[in-house]
Amino acid sequence: MSKYIQILGLILFCLALLIFTGMLGLGSITLNEESLQVDAEYHKNAILAAAKAEGIYNTPVSNIKFITAYSNVIAQASKQLESEIETKLPEGVQPWDYAIADWRAKNYISATVKTGADGPVNRNPLLFCFLTFGLAIIGGLLYIIPKFNEPKGIKHDGIYHDSLTRGITSNFRNALLLITIMGILIYGFFKLQDYFWPLVTICLALLISYFVFFRQDSKSNHPQRSVSPNRIGWLGVIAGTYMLIFYVLLYWAPSYIQNWITMVNPISEMLSGNPASQWFLYGLMYTCIVIVMGVRMLTKYQHNTYQKIRTASVMFFQTAFAFLIPEMLVRLNRPWFDFKNFWPLDYDFFYKYNIDQLTSSGSLGLAMLIWGILAIIIGIPLMTYFLGKRWYCSWVCGCGGLAETLGDPWRQLSDKSMRAWKYERFIIHGVLAFAIIMTAFVLGHYFTGVSNILGMNVESVKSWYGFFIGAGFSGVVGTGFYPLMGNRVWCRFGCPLAAYLGLVQRFKSRFRITTNGGQCISCGNCSTYCEMGIDVRAYAQKGQDIVRSSCVGCGVCSAVCPRGVLRLENGSGDIAQRTDAMRTIHITEDQIQILT
Amino acid sequence: MHIVIIGNGISGTTCARWVRKLSDDQITIISSESKHFYSRTALMYIYMGHMRFEDTKPYEDWFWDKNNIQLIQGHVDAIDFDNQSLQLNNNTTVKYDKLVLALGSKSNKFGWPGQDLPGVGGLYHLQDLEQMEQYSDGLERAVIVGGGLIGIEMAEMFHSRHIPVTMLVRESSYWNNVLPPEESAMVTQHIIDSGIDLRLGVNLGEITSGKSGSANAVIIKETGETISCGYVGLTAGVSPNIGWLKGTDLQTNRGILVDRYLRTSQKNVYAIGDCAEIQEPQQGRRPIEAIWYTGRMMGETCAYNICDKQVEYNPGIWFNSAKFIHLEYQVYGDIRSSLPEEHDAIVWQSKDMDKLIRIHYDKTTHAVVGFNLIGVRYRHEVCEKWLATHASIEDVLQHLGMANFDPEFYKEHEEELIRLYNAKTGNALKLKTKRGLSKVLQFLTNA
Repeated sequence: MSKYIQILGLILFCLALLIFTGMLGLGSITLNEESLQVDAEYHKNAILAAAKAEGIYNTPVSNIKFITAYSNVIAQASKQLESEIETKLPEGVQPWDYAIADWRAKNYISATVKTGADGPVNRNPLLFCFLTFGLAIIGGLLYIIPKFNEPKGIKHDGIYHDSLTRGITSNFRNALLLITIMGILIYGFFKLQDYFWPLVTICLALLISYFVFFRQDSKSNHPQRSVSPNRIGWLGVIAGTYMLIFYVLLYWAPSYIQNWITMVNPISEMLSGNPASQWFLYGLMYTCIVIVMGVRMLTKYQHNTYQKIRTASVMFFQTAFAFLIPEMLVRLNRPWFDFKNFWPLDYDFFYKYNIDQLTSSGSLGLAMLIWGILAIIIGIPLMTYFLGKRWYCSWVCGCGGLAETLGDPWRQLSDKSMRAWKYERFIIHGVLAFAIIMTAFVLGHYFTGVSNILGMNVESVKSWYGFFIGAGFSGVVGTGFYPLMGNRVWCRFGCPLAAYLGLVQRFKSRFRITTNGGQCISCGNCSTYCEMGIDVRAYAQKGQDIVRSSCVGCGVCSAVCPRGVLRLENGSGDIAQRTDAMRTIHITEDQIQILT
Repeated sequence: MHIVIIGNGISGTTCARWVRKLSDDQITIISSESKHFYSRTALMYIYMGHMRFEDTKPYEDWFWDKNNIQLIQGHVDAIDFDNQSLQLNNNTTVKYDKLVLALGSKSNKFGWPGQDLPGVGGLYHLQDLEQMEQYSDGLERAVIVGGGLIGIEMAEMFHSRHIPVTMLVRESSYWNNVLPPEESAMVTQHIIDSGIDLRLGVNLGEITSGKSGSANAVIIKETGETISCGYVGLTAGVSPNIGWLKGTDLQTNRGILVDRYLRTSQKNVYAIGDCAEIQEPQQGRRPIEAIWYTGRMMGETCAYNICDKQVEYNPGIWFNSAKFIHLEYQVYGDIRSSLPEEHDAIVWQSKDMDKLIRIHYDKTTHAVVGFNLIGVRYRHEVCEKWLATHASIEDVLQHLGMANFDPEFYKEHEEELIRLYNAKTGNALKLKTKRGLSKVLQFLTNA
């Protein structure tokens, strides 16, 4: 019986996914008096002329074709304006404002896509909400809830037999990673019209590789234990690609997903009173996913109280702190603010617009500003001293929440090789350094008004951080690579806040994973299911307590251990001695008789 | 000096690693099973899809080269003890200055008719796993003969792939020659609840074969019942893998006989792990203990002795662990299947019968002698210290929280044990130390 319910759930979910994907092509967009929204009369005239010449004025054009067609029209209009700049420049208009800049064009397109659209989604947004969000949630829960009846215990049967969770071969993985990163860099070059930062990034990547391969001698440290030796899980590749494309559209081409945004409009209006943006869509999806997949975690770890409480915690913080409270704040005319998202993860916290917004929002805004600053200086180190970085990374954080719920089926794909660890240390601390430098520039600019510091333009540093780290790394690679490199790619290699928490955890914290004397049988379940790619077994089999900056304290190593070897705990004292290598040595010096 | 180790299991590998720590001697490990050391205990997880073979290797492949340990994948056909050389199956000869035999075990076969048919196998080697895999496709039933630790693993393996399993167990209750009655009953019930067809008090009569020549059914000795199946697992224990050494100058009994320094009868030859039979075992210990932990300890001890730092093999206080499908099991110290006259016991069981804590202590001295745990984790170091110092049951109970190694937020059961003890003895003990690391560290560092 429950098997049929699960199959029905799966069918509903797939149906929802199909509708979700297919609906992007629904409807049409009409460019007319009303939907043509531009900043200047001369732009309007030029675009009108070009649109009429192209024959798209006042004619509905299908959703998919419109953006390309309209981009062409704007480009032509811009060219036209460019050519008449000498003769027709109106009084008081700067020459560089006369033609249509790229960022303006983007705004014009997105405004028209919003206002000129018509189609089933615009007429029945809630119906589509139900057919996508609704069916996916119902289907997901139908699939998941019968699992509460399964026997309590570890549920990892068949993970490596399943095409979705098996992972891919090392060469294929490296190739996909390289293509994605190069793709982002090249796009960044065109988008920001700046070759300097893409080039700096490539140089840094080469430098890090040089250090890892040659200076730290890991030429031969192939990642055999973390990738599939010979098989490719194609379903995983498809899932990863889907997520990757989703993030690319979300960050860099939201006009193409206007139908999704339109569909959640009524919900946004209800919550905050404002129309939905792509970020509202993303927040809503994110929250739904964390909740549904959180229920899955609860079924999976029915026997494990630590996992149940921790999962409930990330579900709560995502729903309340990251989604509902900020929307409510907006409804109350207060700034959108996520109380648990701290700098440097929240990299724009010290941006001028944010500081200005907070300081101009009365005592609540000021309290938010002080809260954010105090958290960084006092709250985070103090909490981490007592509890380890897990209090944040696997109990509170939104990225962690998604990783621990949606990402759980892929946690075994994290790379456990020594080489990966070497890369990790360079990259994550590099991102932390970049975040600090970028913020120093921003604050320098804020307080002195100087826009060029050390010969570098503050705006370009900011936009490269936002583009490459904020969107490319944390979103596209960080989540798109869940089914290819495990669920903590961002947390492990990129998150500057995790790096900061990790430094505290490594050097000044009561948290450690204790190993249980000599009970380890080196089976490798702990290492395999460590999402951070820590080779837990390497410590456990030596009886060595584990203090690693990257450990997010998810507790899964302890859960999957068949012999009860690992325990996450906080305790005072004795860390240095107990993390010494080879504590399970069986022979003590006084037993030995040296033969002469 | 050239040290050659035959066998790359936990014993041989541990020995090699410790020799490397203690000296710069040349080390060679020879194994025909796999090039690199893998964790035998994790074989089941490969079949069940929890891990891949690669994941069961505790060291990355570059590790051996980096530590200057040479690996040879080959089979030793003969040993010339006089000339200190080995004959390999590829016709090469390897000279040694010191030789370590870490040959491991093989699955027991007790002369059952049909025991060597295709489709019949144990679970010890990588090759056993490959055979199971080969027969699993379309398999309608597997029969497992023997109810020890490997039997239950094999049952769980087939069960994970939804292949029906019948287990034939000689005893009247699962593993009751080792487990006390309560534990044995719990595990027996758990096996049945998991959907495994458990037959108690029966023996294998014979294994029959079908047209294809491979096993197609087993016949139960007592009842004559025929159970058709496509695979028969033989898991009635293991014995030292030394058949090929019989008749050589090396002294053997069931295993290779070694002294307290793990030396065999031949000069410069040592034997460790499953294949070693200790001539004078410590009190309460068996001459052959085919378990992971003793293999590891022997490997370490042997390395010292090879490097001229003489150390007697002393496995210390007994401990072991296992997992019966979803029930974790740990034991520390002396817990026998039937309570000896001089011992007394406190046994606590949860209502759902998924947890058990048992403590045995001496009736006269009140010294604690052992802990048995199901579904609960206890701290090895704390239990060991209590046992080594003969701590009294009252002392142990009042500080029992120190032993608790369950994950955070798990229910604590220490008070219930104290209540049981108080009810039994009329004492009024109270729990003084609850679960937590800081007190444990104080306790462990106090001399």
